[in-house]
Amino acid sequence: MRISVLVQKLLINMSLNKRKLSYGLAINEAMSQLMRKDPSVLLLGQGVKSPWYVGATCKGLAQEFGGDRVIDTPISENAMTGAAVGAAIVGMRSVILYPRMDFMLYAIDSIVNEAANWSYVLGGASSVPIVIWGIINRKGEQGAQHAQALQTMFAHIPGLKVVIPSTPYDAKGLLIAAIQDDNPVVYIDDRWLYGLEGNVPEEIYTVPIGKGVVRREGKDVTIVGTSYMALKAVKAAEILEAEGIDAEVIDLRSLKPIDEDILFASVKKTGRLVIADGTWKSYGAAAEISALVAENIFEYLKTPIKRVTLPDLPAPASRTLEQAYYPGEKEIIAAVKEIVKNNH
Amino acid sequence: MEKALLKNLYYRMVKIRACEESFVEPILNGEIKCPVHLCTGQEATAVGICSALRKDDYVFGNHRSHGHYLAMGGEVKSLVAEIYTKKSGCSKGRGGSMHITAKEQGFVGSVPIVAGTISLALGAALAANVRKEPKVAVSFFGDGATGEGTLYESLNFAALKKLPIIFVCENNLYSTHLPVKEIRPERPIFEIARPFGIATSQVDGNDVLAVFQEANKAVELCRQGKGPFFIECLTYRMRGHVGPNDNIQGDQTDIRPQSEIEEWKKKDPIKRFEKMLLEEKILEEKELEEIKQGIKKEVADAHKLANEDIRPRSETLNKYVFK
Ligand SMILES: Cc1ncc(C[n+]2csc(CCOP(=O)(O)OP(=O)(O)O)c2C)c(N)n1
Ligand SMILES: [Mg+2]
Repeated sequence: MRISVLVQKLLINMSLNKRKLSYGLAINEAMSQLMRKDPSVLLLGQGVKSPWYVGATCKGLAQEFGGDRVIDTPISENAMTGAAVGAAIVGMRSVILYPRMDFMLYAIDSIVNEAANWSYVLGGASSVPIVIWGIINRKGEQGAQHAQALQTMFAHIPGLKVVIPSTPYDAKGLLIAAIQDDNPVVYIDDRWLYGLEGNVPEEIYTVPIGKGVVRREGKDVTIVGTSYMALKAVKAAEILEAEGIDAEVIDLRSLKPIDEDILFASVKKTGRLVIADGTWKSYGAAAEISALVAENIFEYLKTPIKRVTLPDLPAPASRTLEQAYYPGEKEIIAAVKEIVKNNH
Repeated sequence: MEKALLKNLYYRMVKIRACEESFVEPILNGEIKCPVHLCTGQEATAVGICSALRKDDYVFGNHRSHGHYLAMGGEVKSLVAEIYTKKSGCSKGRGGSMHITAKEQGFVGSVPIVAGTISLALGAALAANVRKEPKVAVSFFGDGATGEGTLYESLNFAALKKLPIIFVCENNLYSTHLPVKEIRPERPIFEIARPFGIATSQVDGNDVLAVFQEANKAVELCRQGKGPFFIECLTYRMRGHVGPNDNIQGDQTDIRPQSEIEEWKKKDPIKRFEKMLLEEKILEEKELEEIKQGIKKEVADAHKLANEDIRPRSETLNKYVFK
C-alpha cells in the first residue's frame, strides 16, 4: 500500500503523539479546553448533564464550568436555538447541542432564517459565531423520527458551514475550528462513532473547515465517503485490494464548503467515482458531488458515477428492514465492481 | 356509578399494567429492541380520560402511549406484535413502541417527537368543527412537553376558535433525566391554560374516578361547542424513562429518589381502585381474580402469537411511504 503525503504526516504526528482517545472523549476534550480558554464559550442542550443522552461528549463540563455556562435545557429546541443565536450575536461563542438531529427540526427557523442570514441581511454589522451540533443517532429499531441524518439539508442553505468528522482526530480539530469560526457552523457527528479510538493530540489544534483528506491512495477508482460512510469506504477499499482493485478513499470531512480540489484531483487520476453517503439519495450530498464532477471534469470520467446512499425512504423500525435500509461496505464494493469490472 | 362501568375501568387498567410488565423480560433479554417507554403507574390517567370518549373521537399520543392505545380499546395482540416489530403489528413493524395506532378505536396515532402531536390533535378538532361533528380531540403529552412553543400556539388557536379539544398533560414529575423543577418555574402546569381563557383543572392522576369525572365534564363541554379544556393529571412513572429501569443503557441515569418511589407505590392507581371496589362491595375478590387471569392469558397469547410471527421482509421496505 502506498502512503500519501497527508497520511505520512499523520503517521509522523502519531509517532510523536501516540495518545489515543475515543471519538466521544475527543469532542469532550475540545469542549473543555475551549471553555477553559475562552469564557465566552457557552454550551446549551438537552442532556448535557446526562451520559445516557450524549455519551462521554459532555463529561465533567457542568461540574467544571457550572450551570451558567453549561445549560441542560428544557425541551424547547426553537427558543433554545434562538437564544444560542442571540447570545452569539452579542459576543458569546454558543454551542447548541441536540442529542438527536431529528429534534433540530423545531429549531429550523432559528438556524435557517436567523443564524444563516443574519450577517448578510444586516450588511455584516454582526455575525453569528455559533456551533449547531446535532448527533445522528439511528438504528436500534428507533424508527423514522429518531434516525434521520439531515446534514445535506443544512448544506443547502447559504450562510451555513457544515462539517462531518469521522475520526477522533477530526472530531476534536473540527469542533475547535467550528467554535473559533465567526460564523454559524453545523457540526454533525454520529453516535456510531463515539466508541472509535484514534490518535488525538492533547493540545488545542484545528482541522480546517472545507478541507478533505485522502484516507487511502489508489489508482482504479475514487470512493468519496462522508461521516460514518468514510470509514465504510476505507473498509471496502481494503477488501477490494485483496481482489486486485486499487481504490482511493477521500473523506470529505466538510460538506460545505466542499473540498473540490481534493475531489477533482482524485477523479482526474482514477477516472471513476463512487460516492458513499449516509443520507438520502435525492438532492443529497451524493447528488451535489456528482454534479460538481460532471460539471467540471466530465471529460476525465471513464464510467458513470455511482451513488451509495440511503434509499429515499423513512427509517423503518423493524430490524429486518433496518438491515436492508442502511448501506455498508458491501454496497460500496458492489458499486465499485459495477464500474471497474470491464474497464479494469 | 353502575357496576359494569366500574368493572370496565378496572379491567382496562389491569390490562395496561399486565401488558407493560410483560415487556420487561423480553426487553432485558434483547428480544424486544425498540425503545419502550412503559406507563406502569400511569394507568388511571389513560383509562380515566379514554373511558369518557367514543370510538369516533380523535386521540393522539406521544412516546409513552401504550396505555392510551389500550384504554381506547386497541388490540393487545397488535400492540405486542408491533413492539416486537413484527409484521402483524399495528404499524406493520415500521414503527415499534413509539409509533402505534388503533384508528378504528379512535386512537389515531402516537409518535415520539415531544409535543409533535399536540397541533395534530388541534387539527382534528378543527376538522370536527368544520364538519360540525360532535367529536372531541384529545392530546396526551407530558410535563416535559410544556417546554415546546407549539403547545402555547395550539392553546391560543383552540381558544380562539373554541375547538373541541382536551389538552391532557400527564405530569409524572420527570422528563428523561430531569425533574420537572429543573425545566420550568415552580408553578402548577394546569395554570398555563388560564391566560387563554381555557377551562382548566388539576386532578389526582392516580385516582381513576377523579380523572374519569373530570374527563366527562370536559368531553360534555367540548361536545356542546364549549371547548377547549385542559386537564393536568398528577401521576408518576414507576419505571425508568425508557425500558424497565434507566440502567439498561449502561449508565445510572435514574435520578428518582428511592423514598419518592416508595411514596408513590402507596398511591398505585390499580391497588387503590381495587381497595375501593372491595370496600364498597362492588366487586368481589373472585371477580377481580377472574379479570386478572383472563388478561394474563390474553397477554401471554399475544406474546406467543408475536413470537410466531415474522418480521417484515426486506423486499417490502418501500411499502406505506405513500398511500
Ligand atoms: C422534540 C424532541 N425533543 C427531545 C426529545 C427526546 N425526548 C423523548 S421523551 C422526552 C421527555 C419527555 O418528557 P415528558 O413530556 O414529561 O414525558 P414522559 O417521558 O415523562 O412521559 C424527551 C426529552 C424528543 N423525543 N423530541
Ligand atoms: Mg414527564
